[in-house]
Amino acid sequence: MATAVPKKVIHNKDVMQSSNETDINSFIEQIGISERRNSSVLTEADLQVVAAERMLADLGWEKESVDAIICVTLTPDYPLPINACLVQDRLGLSKECYAQDICMGCSGWVYGLSVLATLLHNGDVKRGLLLVGECKMNWGLDRNALLFGHAGCATALEYEPGNEGFRFNLGTDGSGYDAVIMPKSGMRNMKYDEELIKEFERPERQLSMEAKMKNLDVFSFSVTRVPKTINELCEHYGLDYKKHDYLVLHQANKSINKHIAKKMGVEPEKAISSIEHFGNTLSASIPITITTQLKGKIEGKPTSFLCCGFGVGLSWGTVSFTTKDIVISDLVEVDDNQFENLTWV
Amino acid sequence: MKTLDEFVALFAEQLDETDPSTVTAGTKFRELDEWSSLLALTLISMIDEEFDVVLKGDDVKNSETIEDVYNIVVSKI
Repeated sequence: MATAVPKKVIHNKDVMQSSNETDINSFIEQIGISERRNSSVLTEADLQVVAAERMLADLGWEKESVDAIICVTLTPDYPLPINACLVQDRLGLSKECYAQDICMGCSGWVYGLSVLATLLHNGDVKRGLLLVGECKMNWGLDRNALLFGHAGCATALEYEPGNEGFRFNLGTDGSGYDAVIMPKSGMRNMKYDEELIKEFERPERQLSMEAKMKNLDVFSFSVTRVPKTINELCEHYGLDYKKHDYLVLHQANKSINKHIAKKMGVEPEKAISSIEHFGNTLSASIPITITTQLKGKIEGKPTSFLCCGFGVGLSWGTVSFTTKDIVISDLVEVDDNQFENLTWV
Repeated sequence: MKTLDEFVALFAEQLDETDPSTVTAGTKFRELDEWSSLLALTLISMIDEEFDVVLKGDDVKNSETIEDVYNIVVSKI
């Protein structure tokens, strides 16, 4: 596994300087995000390419040996073509390579694993890459903008006969579709009218493309759904969630995750977190937590994980697996000008 | 089904800084000193466990008293 983030660090204290100080400290304490990575230049494909390059080098995998690539993001370079096609070419992967995008957020890493695991299980794919994360997402000018960071994470899977693989519990509740939404960026509200043309001529036009979140709806969904999906997975497969070495929850809010871990009786040191330094990176939040918190601690010994991604959709996914011979790369920091020589349409 | 009085007692149990004996069905919970989004999620979590009802953000925002919350919970069972 490998993670790439923009070099630029944004400290929430600096951003919030104009507000009341007690207010700032309580906000940072409760949500748990002191800093996050940001770039207004790099795209998610850039970050995913960097993470994948580093991971392939550290694994010693020939590029021709990769049979499948899945890119999970809500912020592709273009509405079409998909990012996976761009990334296949940029990485120099084989033209025989299976390439697919998955347009999902917080549950996207777990969903991506489920698709890749199925491809491996079917036997046609021996080695696959799962690339996840967000960059350049616009959360407008309200406080929600302080929650989100940019990152790209790469996860490599290799088929091994007899390996017990992954166990999933996946679910959806689309009645909460408007809990986290970019209401004006898709076809539903797209209108070719005078008003919109005027809006696009204004310098602040990006505001109409921003994402919106009903925070309390998301809180409610998180504290009620996460224990249920974990229990359902464990009951179905006869697992004990407390016996996993690590519990990795989607990193959206430190207090919510602490509440969930405490309610479930999971020891605090098993419920690892990276939110303080990277914020909420949507589909990247579980792998960025594993790569930044466990490097040097779990290589060379089988390690069991229970991971749960939950959020926008509403959608959730829980997975149980045990790593064997895991390779974790050093965090890669990417300069804004790293790809300035590349030209794009 | 739990009565309103039992619901008020469960509600009071979630509070850390408020004297439970001062909590009644008519308590305007969002005016409590200790009211916060964290307390909101503790209550939502308790209501899910006890009643198998998941409240939405608006259910909490549109309620003034503890009795208002109880009535929403009852309507969703």
